Amino acid sequence: MVDNNRFIVSHAPFRHDGSRISTRNYNIALAALPAILLGIIYYGMPAVGVISLSISSAIIWEFIFCRATKSSITIGDGNAAIIGMILGMLLPATAPWWFVIIGTFVAVIIGKQIYGGIGANPFNPVVVAIAVLMISWKDIFDFNEALINYDFDFAMVYPLSALKHFGVSAVDSFSMGDLLMGKQSGGIGSTFGLGLIAGGIYLIIRGIIRWEIAFSFLAGIFITALLFNMTDSARYAGPVIHLFAGYTLIGAFFLATEDSSSPVNFIPMLIYGAGTGFLTVLIRNIGVYVDGVIFAILIMNLVNPLLDKIRPKAIGRVA
Amino acid sequence: MIKRSFIGLAKPKLEYGSLEDTPSLKQIPTSKEITLLSKCPFDKKNLLFKKKETVKTGQKLLLYKERDEYVVSSVTGQVSSISSYTGDFGRSYTAITIVVADDEEIDDEFKDISKDSSLETIKNFLAFAPGNPPVKLFSDKDKSINTIVVCCADSDLLITTNRYVVKSDIDAIKNGISILKTATGINDIIMVASQSQMHALSTTGEKVNQVNDTYPSALPHLIMKNILGKTVPAGKNPEDIGVCFISAEAVASIGNAFNSNQIPVTKIITLVNKDGSKALVSARIGTPASDIFKAFNITLNENDRIIFGGPMTGSSVYSEDHPVQPDTDAIIIQDSDDIQFISDYPCTNCGDCIRVCPANIQINLLVRFLEAGQYEEAADQYDLYSCIECGLCSYVCVSGMPIFQYIRSAKYELDRANTAEATNNG
Ligand code: SF4
Ligand code: SF4
Repeated sequence: MVDNNRFIVSHAPFRHDGSRISTRNYNIALAALPAILLGIIYYGMPAVGVISLSISSAIIWEFIFCRATKSSITIGDGNAAIIGMILGMLLPATAPWWFVIIGTFVAVIIGKQIYGGIGANPFNPVVVAIAVLMISWKDIFDFNEALINYDFDFAMVYPLSALKHFGVSAVDSFSMGDLLMGKQSGGIGSTFGLGLIAGGIYLIIRGIIRWEIAFSFLAGIFITALLFNMTDSARYAGPVIHLFAGYTLIGAFFLATEDSSSPVNFIPMLIYGAGTGFLTVLIRNIGVYVDGVIFAILIMNLVNPLLDKIRPKAIGRVA
Repeated sequence: MIKRSFIGLAKPKLEYGSLEDTPSLKQIPTSKEITLLSKCPFDKKNLLFKKKETVKTGQKLLLYKERDEYVVSSVTGQVSSISSYTGDFGRSYTAITIVVADDEEIDDEFKDISKDSSLETIKNFLAFAPGNPPVKLFSDKDKSINTIVVCCADSDLLITTNRYVVKSDIDAIKNGISILKTATGINDIIMVASQSQMHALSTTGEKVNQVNDTYPSALPHLIMKNILGKTVPAGKNPEDIGVCFISAEAVASIGNAFNSNQIPVTKIITLVNKDGSKALVSARIGTPASDIFKAFNITLNENDRIIFGGPMTGSSVYSEDHPVQPDTDAIIIQDSDDIQFISDYPCTNCGDCIRVCPANIQINLLVRFLEAGQYEEAADQYDLYSCIECGLCSYVCVSGMPIFQYIRSAKYELDRANTAEATNNG
C-alpha cells in the first residue's frame, strides 16, 4: 500500500490564474508593435537599428548586472526587453548608437536595478533615462533638426516645437487625422496615434495596464489644455494638438502606467493620472521644455507613495 | 466578487459550480486501521488512555487530564499508537491510531443519554461528529451567541459536500435545527444557501438567504457582511460578535445523532481526481486517504499533490495515509504537471491582488513587510488582521508570490508570540 511517493507539500491556494510577468511583458511588446512598425515604415533602416540596439543593449545591461551581483538572471521575464523597446520608441530614428546604449544603461541599471530590480523602482526607468538624455544632449531630441534629412509627403515638423516657437498658427496645419496617422515628426514609436491607442486599449482589456491612469492622464491633458486655450486661444493651442502630439499617447498607455512607479488604488490613480496630464500641459505651455510628459511623469512618480496612502478602509478595521 | 478592470474580462470569475441532480455516494469499506486527529497538542504525561486499550464504535475518548477535548472512535478495535502529528505551520496535533477489529460493537454511552437532547449532551458527545459542529461555542460564556448561521453552501471551490447533504438528508437538517433551537434557546437561525438549493430548503420552514455563486461569497466573513449586514472587526471571528456558523452537514449530524441514538461516524467527502472529475464518498472518520484512492483505482505518482479541503483554502498533506477528519469536506489530487509555480519574484506592484481582495487590503504594501518578517508592522499598519483568508491574492499574483501563505504564517507566528507572552505574564 505504501510505496512512499513524495508529494508536493505547499500552501493554499493550490490554483493560480496562470498570469506571468513574462506574459504581461510580451503583451506589452505586442501592443507596442503597430506604433513601431509605422515608425519603421517612415524612417526605414535607422529606426530598425535604434529599436534593435535599444532592446538588445537593455537586455545585455540587465544580464551584466545580474552576473555582476550574482543574482539570478532575470532577462527571461521580458522586462529589460520592454524597457529597451519603449525607450527606442521615444528616440528619434537618427539617435547615434552610443546615445541608445547610454539610454538603456541609465534605464536598466540606474532606473531599475540599483533600487532592487523589478517592482522596486520608484521612477519609471525609461522615463528616467529619457530625462537624463534630454537634459544632457538636448540637440538629439530636437526632432526637427534630427530628422531634417527625411523627405516625406507630409510636413515634417515636430508639432510641439512648432507650437512652442511659432505659436498656435504654426500647428493649424495639423489635422487630427494626420496626427493619428503619424504624419508628424517625433520619436520612432511615439507618433502613430491610432496604433498607440489600439495598443493601449488592448492592454486595458487584457487587464495589463490600469485604465484609470491612462484615462485620467488624457482627461487631465484635455481639460488643462482646454482651460489654457479658453483663456488665450492665440497663445495656447487647443486640446487636440496636446492629446495627439509629442509623447502624450505613448505616455498615457506605456509610460505613466508602469506598474511599480504608479499607484494602485482608485482615487490615487485618478489623481496621479490627472496630475500628470495637468503638469504636462503646464510644462508645454509655460515651461522651458517642448514636451512635458517626461518631467510630469517623474514628478508624479515622486508623489506616488504619498498618493497611495489614500486607500480604501480594509474591512473590519477599527478607526 | 472578483472585480474586473473596466471591460477587462480576461480572467473569468471563479464560480462555485453546481451539483448534478442525483449524485451517487460511494461507500468506502471500513479500513484496517484508522487514525483520529485531535487539535489538542500531544501531551504524553496527561494521557487518559493507553495503547492496547479496546474501543467501540461511537465511543467517546477523553484525551487528557483536566481538559475536555475528546475524539470519538469511528470503529471498533484496539488503540495501536498515540503520537504527535505536525500539521501546517508546525501546529501540533494528537494522533490516535486504532487497528480495526473484525466485529463491530456500538458503544452505548450516547444511547443512554440521547433521550435528552440538551446542550450538555451535544457538547459532550458531538464535537467530533461529521462536519465538526462548533459545540463549544454555544456554551462559551465569553461569546454569548445569539444567532446561528447554517451554511448550506460549500465555502470553497469544487466542494459539493454540504450541497449533497442538503439534497440527500434534508430531514436530518430539519431535525438538527429544531434540536439546536431547543438546546441553545437561540431562535435566530439564518440559513444561507446557493441559488440551486433554495427550493429544497424552503421545506425547512426557516428563512433562507441566497449567497452569491462566485467565490469567495460563501466564506463566513463575507456572509456576515453581505447577508447579515454585520462587519466582523479585524482579527475577530463571527462568534466574537455573537454569530455562530455551522455547516449543513454538522446540523445533519446533530439531527441524525438524536434520531438514531448513535453518534454518526461517517464523513461525506468530495473527491476530486487528477482530471478534475468528482465523486462523492462516504468514509469513516479516520480512514486513510489511500483507502479512498484504492476504491477509485487512483494511483499517485512522485510529486503529485494531495489536498485536504478546497483548492483555495485547504492544506496539502505529506502522506497518502493522511486520515479523513470530521471537517475534511474534500480531498483533491493534483497531478504534478498541474501544480502551479511559486516563484521568488518580488511584487511588481501590478495591483491585481488589490482588485480582487474582498477585504480591501493594501496587499502590495503588506507583502513587503511580510517578506521582511515584520509581522507587527504588517498587523498594525497594513491590515494583516483584516484578511478573511480567501487566497485570491495568491491566485492572481503575477509574480507567483505565496502571499496567502505569508499571511497565514504571519498570523500564526503573531498568535504564538501573543500566547507565549500571555503565559509568561500569567
Ligand atoms: S489578503 Fe488575500 S487572502 Fe486575504 S482577504 Fe485579501 S485576497 Fe483574500
Ligand atoms: S498581484 Fe502580486 S505582484 Fe501584483 S501587486 Fe499584488 S502582490 Fe504585487
